[in-house]
Amino acid sequence: MTEQHVTGAEPRVLSVPELSLVVLVGVSGSGKSTFARERFRPFEAVSSDFCRGLVSGDVNDQSATAAAFEVLETIVSKRLEAGRLTVVDATNVQPAARRNLVALARAHDVLPVAIVLDVPESVAIERNRSRPDRDVGDHVVGRQRQALRASLKSLNREGFRKVHVLRGVDEIAHATISREPLLNDLRDQTGPFDAIGDVHGCRAELEALLTELGYVIERDEAGRPVDAAHPEGRRAIFLGDLVDRGPDSPGVLRLVMGMVRAGHALAVPGNHEHKLVRALSGRNVTVSHGLETTLAQLAEEPEEFRQDVETFCRELVSHLVLDGGRLVVAHAGLKESYHGRASGRVRSFALYGDTTGETDEFGLPVRYPWANEYRGQAVVLYGHTPTPAAEWVNNTMCLDTGVVFGGKLSALRYPEKELVAVPAAEVYYEPARPFLPDPGADAEGAGGALPQRDPDVLDVTDVLGRRSVVTGTRGRITIPEENAAGALEVMSRFAVDPRALLYLPPTMSPVATSGRPGYLERPEDAFAAYASDAVGQVVCEEKHMGSRAVVLVCREAYGAPARRFGVDVQPGGRGVAHTRTGRPLFSGPTAAALLERVAKALDGAGVWDELGADWVLLDAEILPWSAKADQLIRDQYASVGAAARAVMPPALAALDAAVARGVDVGDLRARTASRAEDTARYTQAYRRYHWPVDGLDGVQLAPFQVLASGPGEPGGQTYATRDHLWHLGIADRLVEADPVLFRPTRRLVVDLADDASRTQGVRWWEEMTEAGGEGMVVKPLANLVRGLKGLVQPGLKVRGREYLRIIYGPEYTQEHHLDRLRVRSLGRKQSLALREYALGLEAVERVVAGEPPWRVHEAVFAVLALESEPVDPRL
Amino acid sequence: MLVTLTTTAGAPAGSVEHGAPLTDATDLGYLLHKHPARAQSFDLPVGTAHVFYPEADAARCTVALLLEVDPVGIVRNKRFGGRDAFSLAQYVNDRPYAASSMLAVALGAVFRTAMTGRCDARQALADGPVPLEIHVPALPCRGGARLAEHLFEPLGWTVDATPEPLDPTVPEWGDSRYVDLRLTGTVRLADALRHLYVLLPVLDDAKHYWVTGDEVDKLLRAGEGWLAAHPERDQIMRRYLAHQRRYVEDATDRLVTLDGGAAPEDGTAEDGVRPDEAPAAGDVPAPGSDAVGTTAPTLARQRAEAVIAALHEVGARSVVDLGCGEGALLRLLAADRRFTRLLGTDVAVRELEKAATRLRLEDASDAERERVRLVQSSLTYRDERIAGFDAAVLMEVIEHVDPPRLGALERVVFAEARPGTVVVTTPNVEYNALYPGLEERGHRHADHRFEWTRAELQAWADGVAHRHGYAVSFRDVGPQDVGPRALGAPTQMALFTRPTEARA
Repeated sequence: MTEQHVTGAEPRVLSVPELSLVVLVGVSGSGKSTFARERFRPFEAVSSDFCRGLVSGDVNDQSATAAAFEVLETIVSKRLEAGRLTVVDATNVQPAARRNLVALARAHDVLPVAIVLDVPESVAIERNRSRPDRDVGDHVVGRQRQALRASLKSLNREGFRKVHVLRGVDEIAHATISREPLLNDLRDQTGPFDAIGDVHGCRAELEALLTELGYVIERDEAGRPVDAAHPEGRRAIFLGDLVDRGPDSPGVLRLVMGMVRAGHALAVPGNHEHKLVRALSGRNVTVSHGLETTLAQLAEEPEEFRQDVETFCRELVSHLVLDGGRLVVAHAGLKESYHGRASGRVRSFALYGDTTGETDEFGLPVRYPWANEYRGQAVVLYGHTPTPAAEWVNNTMCLDTGVVFGGKLSALRYPEKELVAVPAAEVYYEPARPFLPDPGADAEGAGGALPQRDPDVLDVTDVLGRRSVVTGTRGRITIPEENAAGALEVMSRFAVDPRALLYLPPTMSPVATSGRPGYLERPEDAFAAYASDAVGQVVCEEKHMGSRAVVLVCREAYGAPARRFGVDVQPGGRGVAHTRTGRPLFSGPTAAALLERVAKALDGAGVWDELGADWVLLDAEILPWSAKADQLIRDQYASVGAAARAVMPPALAALDAAVARGVDVGDLRARTASRAEDTARYTQAYRRYHWPVDGLDGVQLAPFQVLASGPGEPGGQTYATRDHLWHLGIADRLVEADPVLFRPTRRLVVDLADDASRTQGVRWWEEMTEAGGEGMVVKPLANLVRGLKGLVQPGLKVRGREYLRIIYGPEYTQEHHLDRLRVRSLGRKQSLALREYALGLEAVERVVAGEPPWRVHEAVFAVLALESEPVDPRL
Repeated sequence: MLVTLTTTAGAPAGSVEHGAPLTDATDLGYLLHKHPARAQSFDLPVGTAHVFYPEADAARCTVALLLEVDPVGIVRNKRFGGRDAFSLAQYVNDRPYAASSMLAVALGAVFRTAMTGRCDARQALADGPVPLEIHVPALPCRGGARLAEHLFEPLGWTVDATPEPLDPTVPEWGDSRYVDLRLTGTVRLADALRHLYVLLPVLDDAKHYWVTGDEVDKLLRAGEGWLAAHPERDQIMRRYLAHQRRYVEDATDRLVTLDGGAAPEDGTAEDGVRPDEAPAAGDVPAPGSDAVGTTAPTLARQRAEAVIAALHEVGARSVVDLGCGEGALLRLLAADRRFTRLLGTDVAVRELEKAATRLRLEDASDAERERVRLVQSSLTYRDERIAGFDAAVLMEVIEHVDPPRLGALERVVFAEARPGTVVVTTPNVEYNALYPGLEERGHRHADHRFEWTRAELQAWADGVAHRHGYAVSFRDVGPQDVGPRALGAPTQMALFTRPTEARA
């Protein structure tokens, strides 16, 4: 807030914060546009004349001024929202015009800066006269200059962080801009760091924690710790609230100040430091919440130490952006739109958090749980609100684990994301609100008026609208808005809890259409397709005659992973089995029994131990189809069979009688007989999909892929690059462990370079399908494979001739039908299959990376959304 | 699909005075204008119809009409495509085998002249009843064999309708919807054909084409002389006209005028809804009343009025109707100017489109569109657009949410949106005992995930109120059970209010 006047030839250097709203102030013809063009990058300057032209077609049309400024402010808003420095090229000589711009800067928490271009009136008039496209009267310039002169006195009071006044044509011509990073911008500092939660004067615990973290503590002659350095150059980050309530706030300050000044630590202030500064500087503050302890302790210290503390705390920057923007630290956390911004409310948020304005039954302010809504990419580490255990909530973590209340002092290693904690030696201070949950109270009721929120509540904006999901295997995948709208209904009305919905299987493309008489699909075409993608070996897997089942099962019922996935409220409390659209496969005791049997088989097969897992996600097929689709089989398939069975014999009898009379019915008799045979075969085909089940009795599960597994804590592993024989090997062991529930998947490896092997594959398929099998799925043996044209189809289905009767109709094998049915287009299905595959992989990758539920759900939801794309259902 | 029609020689019993006796059964060929010695084929829009005679001698003559439907063609032809072009059902269906409206169309086309009763060669024969046997295998019969009897017997037929098993290898599946129909009687041939023409699609209760106003003319023509007096007349008309009420009314009016008879009983109100479509949520008619023609308002109406009354009591001016469906409640709210801001949400875009139509938002003024808005939203996802209202209504909504997901609904509504008032209505399952046909623990709607007793609602609501700082009271909506079991009312309401001083 300094007006700088420099006279003489020295070129002026105007300092401008890297993220700011630069307001140019000057009369028409003062050279603002030229200045903006030469000193700033293209698009950084938004000109009112340009906006006037946009809305009216005429840069001189003063009647369009209001509309032009509306457009200008919208553009400025969008740029500031995105964190881009913006220059407003308008006269801005009226206080009201500037007031709007200062308000706009504040609304986006960026610093407003004014640059005044003050040229003699004669120069401006001369310039305006020489511009053929402008129509600015001399009197206008006079009026503007008057307003400008009047403004110069008040500019400093209008809220500009900096005011630069350039006087005269020369000074303007030679001035340069210097962009300066904000104090909170430490993006170039990449760590590694150890972020430490609220210490509150617990010096002994801090020493213990630093030691545990590997720091070497340095002491002064009195034995007091004054610094700590890490041999590997790690640095500590103190998240504020170093002082108050605890036994040795001065000791903590001495150590932390030493570390910060030696470059061994960074620190942000907490609300307690904020209040301490006010108390030390003699302001009138209510001495409470442990401040009295600190002040008493500091009274024992020399005056210069107190002054040192005051200066140190005053100079702390309320939040820091680190590691290229990937890490943000602030005492009370910070919502994404405030990262790297500077304003009073950003500071207040960083110090005190977001409060709802309500107070709870203990008289404490109700804190608005901003972290539940956090959707940012940056990791946010903070303290402020004591919690029994540090936990990730949407990429944020509160590290205040209440050491002063008898909890523990916690640190998080970054980027490793490992928690390190030391317990409190004693309860130093009784909290106003019970710090640890009262085991006797209703867990949620304990909050009283406090809006207890589940961090896993998903927001409708996580899934609705046109969205794109960035996948590791196939880049950005766009989800059309209308597909998302359709999926929202299915997801909301029928799917299991999103926390337990870690994966939805992709659709699978059939093989290219065969031209062989009597067939639509043949294995030869699958082999050819993979060979052309340079896949050497494929595995042919029997296609089971059931429904898709995704099974999430935890080793232990009601354990930590079960709670994390929200399946502790599901039957059996250890998992969920759902369909390809996320519906529960079974309810009640059947669901519980299935999951228990699966968990037990994983135990018997030694899979838990082998994978080091406490939960496993399996991709499987559940049989019989009638277990889930009995109604469909009856209403549709069996009905068609019944109608055909009823009409064919009398039709043939009538034709036979006519033939016997010598009536020439042409080939109608033969055709009808052939239709009758086809419908009988059709009936045989659908019948294989039904057998009686009672609860779990009769139900079979055929797993064919392990999608992911993980330990009790967040994290885990995916298996998309393990070859299929590994996956089937696990499946085989499950069959061995529980041959009643589990059903093996027959398979054959085919070497595509070997004709004999291919022939064997074809024969295998023929035998299997002629015996009534549904068909097979051909997959690259190595599993996830990239070919010449990118990701290779994860599988191609080759369905049996008889099975296809229940897809294409009982009589589809009649050659005159096949001729038309062969005209089918697979492109869309293949593209969908790949996109859904990539999204499914992305979902499980996010699960094992410990990403927040909304990130997992985004990918899972996208699979469902793509499934609502209209595609020929027979494919 | 097949139909055969047989005549036997001999005097028609008891009706000699009405026509000439049939002395040679092969005269059937004259009546049908199809020569018994030849097989003929006709290309029709529905497929190829073949007419031939399996037997033809003086004593007995049978004509067969065999319609070959092109199953691939059906799907490719838009005209026959179902409502949902992307459903698999249309690819595997019974139309190539069952005696449906397609067979009726073929009958009408192939025997067009015979159906008019004109026969230059044997007009006397055509004018009188002849002994006939008709066989229709694989007749889809929605309503069972009894309906076939009810429809054909009044027309002078002896009916033998045998249900076909759904699959003889799976006896527990029981009967299919097809019957093997045999009709025997002495009936004028033209009438017999017209009976089939009208009643085949009526029994199937489906048509392969869109029913338009022309159908009324066709029905009246084909039904001339027998439909007006048929005891099942109204049902025949409803089904034939695909339950399209205005056509049914048109046909009824014209029939009544033709016959000079009395208007049919007003029993058509429920026919705006197809029998296979679900009724509106919870809208089971009150026991003992037909919900039609009685003066008591429907339960749905009483419920909406109870909700509105509660909203007025708490002085709500802005209201969000969560799960507004087609906007039945929203329309009433919109008509009440005391409500200054209304938002309807539903998870189904289709429902919202219907609601927009119902509310005529398209034609509304800007101010009205600002006042009444519709957005897609879900009760298991947080949505800031539903925050900031005086009151939220969950009318017959919670029972459509899976119990494990109720926690998410609770958070979204009571913790996140936090309106001053929340009105929840849901069925009272105790009252189900008073609905005939609703079995013990049966639900009023197929999509209901649960139906609660009064105690169950209260337990849930008390917990919600406690957790989120609301007070809750309960009300009955609809007629009270005055019986000894005191089962309450069909609908129960929980009214949540937040003490004003605690509001942000």
